Amino acid sequence: MSQKVLLNAKEVNIILHRLACQLIEKHNDFSNTVLIGLQPRGVFLANRLAKILKEDYKVKNVQLGYLDITFYRDDFRRGEKPLEANSTKINFLVEDKDIVFIDDVLHTGRSIRAALTAIQSFGRPNEIELLTLIDRRFSRHLPIQPNYRGRQVDVINNEKVKVNWKENDNEDSVYLIEK
Amino acid sequence: MSELSVNHLLGIKYLNKKDIQLIFETADHFKEVINRPIKKVPSLRDITIANLFFENSTRTKLSFELAEKRLSADVINFSSAQSSVKKGETLIDTVNNILSMKVDMVVMRHPNPGAGVFLSKHVKASIINAGDGAHEHPTQALLDSYSIREKLGEVGGKKVVIVGDILHSRVALSNIFALQLQGAEVMVCGPKTLLPKYINKLGVKVETNLIKALNWCDVANMLRVQNERMDISYFPSTREYTQQFGVNKELLDSLNKEITIMHPGPINRGVEITSDVADSKQAIILDQVQNGVAIRMAAIYLLASKIKQ
Repeated sequence: MSQKVLLNAKEVNIILHRLACQLIEKHNDFSNTVLIGLQPRGVFLANRLAKILKEDYKVKNVQLGYLDITFYRDDFRRGEKPLEANSTKINFLVEDKDIVFIDDVLHTGRSIRAALTAIQSFGRPNEIELLTLIDRRFSRHLPIQPNYRGRQVDVINNEKVKVNWKENDNEDSVYLIEK
Repeated sequence: MSELSVNHLLGIKYLNKKDIQLIFETADHFKEVINRPIKKVPSLRDITIANLFFENSTRTKLSFELAEKRLSADVINFSSAQSSVKKGETLIDTVNNILSMKVDMVVMRHPNPGAGVFLSKHVKASIINAGDGAHEHPTQALLDSYSIREKLGEVGGKKVVIVGDILHSRVALSNIFALQLQGAEVMVCGPKTLLPKYINKLGVKVETNLIKALNWCDVANMLRVQNERMDISYFPSTREYTQQFGVNKELLDSLNKEITIMHPGPINRGVEITSDVADSKQAIILDQVQNGVAIRMAAIYLLASKIKQ
């Protein structure tokens, strides 16, 4: 198994600030916008972006939630491993809100499809956008594209993209791993 | 995530501590789901479940049906009163006929102890025991322990007394297994005639004085007197039973601590507990009912994940 660094900590930091600025350009003061991190790994990115928006760009209205999509996935009973559920924390109304889904890697698009179904259980949003740190283009199974992307990469089938976060994996980095 | 060590939920005695923990953690997620505006998830949309109730039930049947529907399973219901069982058809024939309609899972209540185990050896579907005679009622015990965990933080180290008709109760036996597996101390309390002869062998304390039992415990699980299962008279009168083993507000207030009151339902109000106790803040009876749906969703979901396509 070999691995190659796609992004180091400095590059991740620059990209996060750029993504935060893009969000501000579209959503202004965030008064009608909510950020939803997709469990499990999207929440690290969502937390980090919310922190940058609040601390570096002084946005006051950042509302952040976590959405678990386990029970909405289309591969229940198909895989070798049982699906692991995570907690959902959405302590605000999503009715008529502009939602930004946040996930670390966009691969087949099936997780996002599940998230689009799951969020319906909480109400009818005005608009849903997708922000992803890594966009694995050419590997989509569904017609889903991100509105905001950190880095677009071409990855072949026996390769995997692994995103590490300081708070969980001791470093901010993105690796391309050959299985 | 680990998976259940069993393919059927036949009784608590077949589970281990990890299984119970996994069911509780999964139920936590489902509890969040059933408090959403839309309480349904699509996980089991390709699973068909048959609810076979060979004995009357209201809340267990409704609870299972609701759990199944909230997981998007297809559900068929059967109750023996309107079925060909009355014409002499055997259990295996009845179930096999239902299974040939491509049913994946069976939830069964049956008056005979061991009916679930028997069935699991003869049919391919995954079986959930929803009560087999006076033997086990695993999902009730799981929801009881889950409710204690929710109210008191954990089950381990807690003192729980099960009061009343232990002899005819499947809830009591499953509860004893479940509580002990999680490290709780268990006592049974009731008239000597309603305590099974070999109850000591289960490692529980036995008490016939209700006040002593209540002073000892953190939680009192009050059982219903099951008149329908009694072929002889086990105590002189309902009035005398109530005087000795019924809990009223006055009795609760006389204790030097606040204990939690549980009841698996249906309640004989004024017999095992009075209305003011059943409706008091100390009682978690309605929490038990709500938790029942989440626990059954968890059990069904985890068992269904083991049914391969």
